[in-house]
Amino acid sequence: MYARQVTIANQEGFHVRPAQLFADKAAEFEAEIKVKAADGEADAKSMLELMTLGLEKGSAITIEADGADAQEAADALAGLVESKFGED
Amino acid sequence: MDARTMQGIGVSDGIRIGPAFLYRPHGETAARTAGQPGPGEETPRLGEEEAARETKRLEAARDASVAAYDALIERAKLTVGEQQAAILVGQQRLLTDKAFYPPIAKLVAEERLPAEAAVRQVVEQVAGKFERLASDYMRERAADIRDIGGRLLGELTGEGAGQLASLTEQVILIADDLAPSDTVQLDKNVVLAFVTRKGGKTSHTAILSRSLGIAAVVGAGNALDEIQDGDLLIVDGAAGVCHVRPDEATVAEYRTRMEEEARRLEQLAAFREAPAASRDGKRIEVAVNIGTVKEAEAAADSGAEGVGLYRTEFLFMHSDHLPTEEEQADAYTQVAELWGGRPVIIRTLDIGGDKALPYLPLAKEENPFLGYRAIRIGLDRPELLRTQLRAILRASAHGKLRVMFPMISSLSEWRRAKAMLEEAKAELDREGVAFDRGIEAGIMVEIPAAAMQADSFAREVDFFSIGTNDLVQYTLAVDRMNEQIAHLYDYFHPAVLLLIRRVIVAAHRAGKWTGMCGGMAGDPLAAPLLLGFGLDEWSMDVSSINRIKETVSRLDSAECTALADRLLEEATPEDVRRELKAYVDGL
Repeated sequence: MYARQVTIANQEGFHVRPAQLFADKAAEFEAEIKVKAADGEADAKSMLELMTLGLEKGSAITIEADGADAQEAADALAGLVESKFGED
Repeated sequence: MDARTMQGIGVSDGIRIGPAFLYRPHGETAARTAGQPGPGEETPRLGEEEAARETKRLEAARDASVAAYDALIERAKLTVGEQQAAILVGQQRLLTDKAFYPPIAKLVAEERLPAEAAVRQVVEQVAGKFERLASDYMRERAADIRDIGGRLLGELTGEGAGQLASLTEQVILIADDLAPSDTVQLDKNVVLAFVTRKGGKTSHTAILSRSLGIAAVVGAGNALDEIQDGDLLIVDGAAGVCHVRPDEATVAEYRTRMEEEARRLEQLAAFREAPAASRDGKRIEVAVNIGTVKEAEAAADSGAEGVGLYRTEFLFMHSDHLPTEEEQADAYTQVAELWGGRPVIIRTLDIGGDKALPYLPLAKEENPFLGYRAIRIGLDRPELLRTQLRAILRASAHGKLRVMFPMISSLSEWRRAKAMLEEAKAELDREGVAFDRGIEAGIMVEIPAAAMQADSFAREVDFFSIGTNDLVQYTLAVDRMNEQIAHLYDYFHPAVLLLIRRVIVAAHRAGKWTGMCGGMAGDPLAAPLLLGFGLDEWSMDVSSINRIKETVSRLDSAECTALADRLLEEATPEDVRRELKAYVDGL
C-alpha cells in the first residue's frame, strides 16, 4: 500500500468539476484507491462519494492506493490536487 | 382570491407579466405513485422473474437517460455555452457513478424492489447526504441528484421530460425547484420567467437563467402554494418579487416599467452600430475582452472595434496537454479571421498566481501573486513563449494581430521578451513562412513599477494596456480574493488614478497609445475620468459595450479633463466616488 497526504488548494474544493476530474483520473488505474478525510472516506473512483466528503479549500486528505500501480496512482492524484485542477 | 406579494431571491433581472403554469417535473406525477406504498404499507417485493424483468427495464432507462443527456448537452452548448453545459456533463457522469447506479441495481436484483422504488430510495439517501453538508453549494447539489433521479423515473414510466419542451403559450413557470436539465430546455419566448420554492443564488439554475435571459426568482418558499394554474403573475427579477393576482393599478405600473426597460435597452442597442464618441466629437476606441474562439465569434457583431484582450490561458487550461504550435496557430488564426482586419491584442500566456495547468505542475508558493507567473514563466521556460510567439506570428498573416506581454516589471524583461519575438520572426523568415512584419508589440501595465517607469517604456513599446484588476491589487496591497478586505479594493483610490494618468500621458508624449482591459474600463462611473485622462482604447466585457458608448456620448471631453484634474486632488477613494456619482447623475 502507498499513501500520500495533500491539502485541497483550489478555491472551490471538491465541486462537480474537480470531483469528476479526480474520479476519472483514478479510474485510469488498476489500484484500489481510497480518499480519507476528517469526516470519512470515499472511493476515489466515485465522483459522488468524493463530493459528499464536503472537502473545501484547506481540507487535508490522505490518498491510499493498493495494487500494482498504487504509487503511480497516488502520485498522479496528489499532483492533480496540487495543480488545483487547472481552476481559474 | 386576494392579491399577494411574495419575496424570494432575485437571480436574473427583468420584469415579466403572464399567467402561471405549475410545473410538475418528469416522473413526479405518475412515477411518484407508481410502485410507491400507501401509508403504512410496505413496498411489495418482487418474484425472481419479475426482478429480472425489472433489472432490464432499469438498464434500459439508464441507457435512455444517458442518451437524453447527450442531446441536452449538445443543445446546451449552443444555447448557453460550453461552460454551462459542463453542469449537465457532471450530471451525466453522476448518473453512472459507482455510488449511484450500482446501488439502485442492487436493490432491484437483491432486495427485489420495483425499479421506481429503488431509484427513489437511493436518490433520497444521496440527496440527504448533500443536504447535510456545510456549504450552500454542496447543499444545492441535492437538487442535481433529484434531477438525475427524476430523469430516470421519467424514462421508467415512459413519461419522458417533454412537458417543458412542448409548451407553446407564454407562461411564467412555477416549480418546486428547477433542475439545470429543465432550465436549458426553456425558450425565453415561451417561458417569460420562473419562480421556484427552493434554490439559492449560486445554484446552477440561477446561473443558467441569466445566460438564457429569463427573469427568475428562487427560494420563494411555501408561499408559492397559493398560486394556481392560470393566475396572473408579475415577476420582478431584479427585486426578487412575485406579485400574484395583482390589481389593475399594479399591473399598469409594471407595464409602464416594462416599457421603460424595453425603451432603455432599445436606446442602448442603437449605440451598437455607432462608433464611440463624446458629445463634442472626441473618438475613443471601444474593444472587447475575450478568452476563447467561441467568445470571439459571439462578440464579433457586438459593436466592438477590436479585441483589447484575448486571454490565451483558456486555450491552455481546456487542454490536457501543452497546446502545440499548430493548435495555437489554428485558434489564433480563427480569431484573426473572425475579426476580419479589426485589431486583436493577444496576451501571451498568463498562468501562475491563481491559474494552474494540470500538465505543467508549479510549486506551491507562499505568495503566488508575487511569485512565478505570467512573463516570468515565459522567460524562465523560453520554449513555452517561443512556441506561442511563433503561433501568433503565423496567425498574423490572416488579420491584424498585436502581441502583449503580461506582468512586466522592468525594461530588461520587456527587452528579453521583445528579443524573443524578433528571433521568432527571423526563424519564420528563414523557413519562408508568412507573417505580418508590422505587428505591434506592447506591454500590460499592471505592476506599479511599470507605471512609474512609463516614460522609459513608452520609448520602446508600441502600446500600453492597463490591467486595472492587478494594478489595484499591487498598488494598494489588497488581495482581491480576500473578502475581509474587499472594501479596500477600489480603482478610484487617488494613488491608482495617478498611476493611470501617468501611463497615458507618457504614451502620448512618445506618440504611442494606451488601452485599458481591466474592469474599470467597463464601469460607466469611471468613464468621465478615463475620457478626461485621454484613454485611447477601452476594452471590456461584451455586455458593457453599449452602456459605455451611451455614457461617453453624453460627456464633454474638455469638461472631463478639468474634472479629472480636480478629482486627482481628492484625498480618498470615497471622495472621488461621490464626486463622480454627482457628476454622472447630473448629466
